[in-house]
Amino acid sequence: MIRYIRRAAALLLLLLVALLLNAARIQVLDADSLDDNPANRRLTIARYSQPRGNILVGGRSVTGSEDTGEQLKYERTYLHGPLYAPVTGYASQTYGTTLIENAEDDILSGTDSMLAPLPLWNEITRDRQPGGNVATTIKDSMQRAAYDGLGGRRGAVAAVEPSTGRILALVSTPSYDPGRISGTGSSVTDAWQELNASKSQPMLNRAIRQTYPPGSAFKIVTAAAALDADVVTDPDDETDTPSPYVLPGTSTTLPNEAEGCEDASLAEAIRVSCNTVMAELGVRVGLKGMVDAVRRFGFNDTGLKIPSGVAKSNFDTEMSDDQLALSSIGQFDTTATPLQMAMVASAVANGGDLKYPYLVDRTTTRGGSTVHRNGPRTYHRAMSQQTAMQLRRMMVDVVDEGTGSNAAIDGVTVGGKTGTAQHGIDNSGRPYAWFISWAQAPDSAQPAVAVAVVVEDAAANRADISGGGSAAPIARAVMEAALRD
Amino acid sequence: MTATTADAPPPDLRLPKRRGVELLLLIGAVLISVYGYAAVGLARNGAVPPDVAGYGAGLGLLALLAHLAVRFRAPYADPLLLPIAVLLNGLGLVLIYRLDLETPKDQAAPTQLIWSTLGVALFIAVVVFLRDHRVLQRYAYLSVAAALVLMIVPIFFPAVNGAKIWIRVGGFSFQPGEFAKILLAVFFAAYLAANRNALAYTGRKIWRLQLPTGRVLGPIVAIWLLSVGVLVLERDLGTSLLFFGLFVIMLYVATGRTGWIAVGLLLAAVGAFVVGSFEPHVHSRVQDWLDPFASIDAGRGPGQLAQSLFAFAAGGMLGTGLGLGHSILIGFAAKSDFILATAGEELGLTGLTAVFLLYALLVARGYRAGLALRDPFGRLLSIGLASILALQVFVIAGGVMGLIPLTGMAMPFLAQGGSSVVTNWIIVALLIRVSDQARRPRPDHVETGVIAPMAEDEL
Repeated sequence: MIRYIRRAAALLLLLLVALLLNAARIQVLDADSLDDNPANRRLTIARYSQPRGNILVGGRSVTGSEDTGEQLKYERTYLHGPLYAPVTGYASQTYGTTLIENAEDDILSGTDSMLAPLPLWNEITRDRQPGGNVATTIKDSMQRAAYDGLGGRRGAVAAVEPSTGRILALVSTPSYDPGRISGTGSSVTDAWQELNASKSQPMLNRAIRQTYPPGSAFKIVTAAAALDADVVTDPDDETDTPSPYVLPGTSTTLPNEAEGCEDASLAEAIRVSCNTVMAELGVRVGLKGMVDAVRRFGFNDTGLKIPSGVAKSNFDTEMSDDQLALSSIGQFDTTATPLQMAMVASAVANGGDLKYPYLVDRTTTRGGSTVHRNGPRTYHRAMSQQTAMQLRRMMVDVVDEGTGSNAAIDGVTVGGKTGTAQHGIDNSGRPYAWFISWAQAPDSAQPAVAVAVVVEDAAANRADISGGGSAAPIARAVMEAALRD
Repeated sequence: MTATTADAPPPDLRLPKRRGVELLLLIGAVLISVYGYAAVGLARNGAVPPDVAGYGAGLGLLALLAHLAVRFRAPYADPLLLPIAVLLNGLGLVLIYRLDLETPKDQAAPTQLIWSTLGVALFIAVVVFLRDHRVLQRYAYLSVAAALVLMIVPIFFPAVNGAKIWIRVGGFSFQPGEFAKILLAVFFAAYLAANRNALAYTGRKIWRLQLPTGRVLGPIVAIWLLSVGVLVLERDLGTSLLFFGLFVIMLYVATGRTGWIAVGLLLAAVGAFVVGSFEPHVHSRVQDWLDPFASIDAGRGPGQLAQSLFAFAAGGMLGTGLGLGHSILIGFAAKSDFILATAGEELGLTGLTAVFLLYALLVARGYRAGLALRDPFGRLLSIGLASILALQVFVIAGGVMGLIPLTGMAMPFLAQGGSSVVTNWIIVALLIRVSDQARRPRPDHVETGVIAPMAEDEL
């Protein structure tokens, strides 16, 4: 019997070895792939097991983390959620992250290896560091001025500092409180469904993710292209342009809203916003010249990141001349984000040197020591310096004695350009009101700010919704906030 | 051999009793459990649980009483058995207490402590009142009758979580199948000890296999039918596998006939295939085993087995530390069938290996007692009891780790479940009893002719 007992024992030993080998297989060999399985909640639990780092505006936190005592412990809270939603985005346990919450997630959640005291520290300890902070370039007073100015109407404001590319305000209205979708459960899913179903699209970031036909505001780009291409050598010379203008190759005529546009000079055409002059100048520059020019301002760039991706602003690269004529006055397929139009104003204000726009000033550890700092980078030289100087003067004229008088600020050099964009089938939609501008304090060597404002809706009549009427006062309020320090 | 002669060996032949070693190991086992209890509190609340002293005193008192029973009633017993049982039971209480923190509305640890106390009480009762394991041989047929009744009764009670293995009376529920396995081990041991020669040396020889005759084949077919019956009527794959595996091992040890193993494996394979294909409850578990992540791919989220694998993986080599894992994600069976996943996650591969080795040691000591005993009944009984533990550990651990299809079974001593804890304490008590007999100094002048005839391989 002893022999058989030993054999039975050997069999059981075999079973033990099988168990141990299997345990080693799961816990060592397969562990990483099991850990990373998206259905494994542990990563999520670990992610929310510590407070998330904060997003700062002007040194003060506009976010927080609340201990819920639930399995996913810390939930995101927002101070002035709707005001800053286009900047922060949301960090939701149910729906993930967007905008800065998404782009700087490694810092905020504490997984960024740069947060660790030593290289490879996180990998060795398998711990995460306390979440770091993200300081934005946003200026609180400007953000509020823009938000209050829009007053809940559908629209957006983007403001940048021309000399650096720092984004000083980024507003989209109507907005939403990202705190409503921070956690889990039915209140969160209900809020999510309500926000997504809402006709006013509160979660759409109109400042960087929505494009609009820029209308007459685009004439600044066309003017820059015409001057750089020497199609116009002196902006005060008469241009040989008819009014109305028959679109090349068609019998369609393009009219003007303004008076006295026939053979008007470039400066005059900008000041009173002549469609005919700018359309023909665009055709004279030609498709290739226009495409090159708009690219230098950032149109057709699909890779612009601030650090979240910015929607592509479009200028078609294959068009007939009549389409090019319409595109040159910001119609046809030409579309732009508010940020893109702020970049146009910024390029003019900064002598043609267009800086890369950025929203994150620096990231720090929880303790405050800097992990990474962003600085000014040149994006493109958008136009020659001389062209920029000429355009500055023309934009100042628009505010001083043209369509943009509502943006004027006493004692301050302000340049601007209005736009009223038709859209919809047969232009049946309510027009979009645009205003792009920049402002320079008299004692300052550089313009303080470049702003783009778009106001989408408004049940007002045709005249009131023009860029000068609806959008320019908002731009002025934002510029005033920028100049106040 | 009589008790009187065995009790009075010549002083020079006296083996060390090792009761002091047992006491020291017991103190160690209690301290480790108390440390684990404190570690859970420290990890979760940053403070040692206020009742840690009471918990330690309670467990210590149980261990001391059990030790005293062994010291005075089974002084030669193997000194490792009791400390291992206390350590596993203590660790089980820690794990259940730790999981209770995740389910504030469902506290299992206090109940488990009551059952553990009852288990230890029964352990003491067995050690004190069962003076000689050979007494059990007389009750072989009573045992099998009782086992059958215990196994049949739950059929008349409603199914719980898909298996009809519970009896519910008032607020209490227990699994009679758990007790039945001891009774069956006693019956098998007695039946095989009496009939081993007939089973081993009769029957036709086909090729190299010595096949049994129809007359002796009867019982094995009966047992096979019984386990398939349990499987089908009670939907309890685990118990069915355990009974059948136990019988095959004991039969092999008794007869040494590989033919039995072949027949056994064949029958088991046929039974498992048929039931696995047609019985939906078992079939779904086989499907789960073949692809634990199917429900994730189907968008229904991870199932129990997938969650269990995640838990083991999260433990890695060293574990997350007690109280710091998330094995509660497994869901409702986390404290019972899947408790090993908590051990795997929070103690890591290191701790899991230690747990497996504790079981292995317990089983090995049972086998060792079997080797040292001279009476075939005692031998088969200790092998049977040890094999119950080994098979149970393999079946449930293999199940929750995806090695074999999952069968609902309790990890001995660790898992939540009163009947299981009580049964395992009785098994350890019986092992204490047989090991006491095995290690007791044998006066060699009384021998030859008194002991049951030995097989040729023992010479």
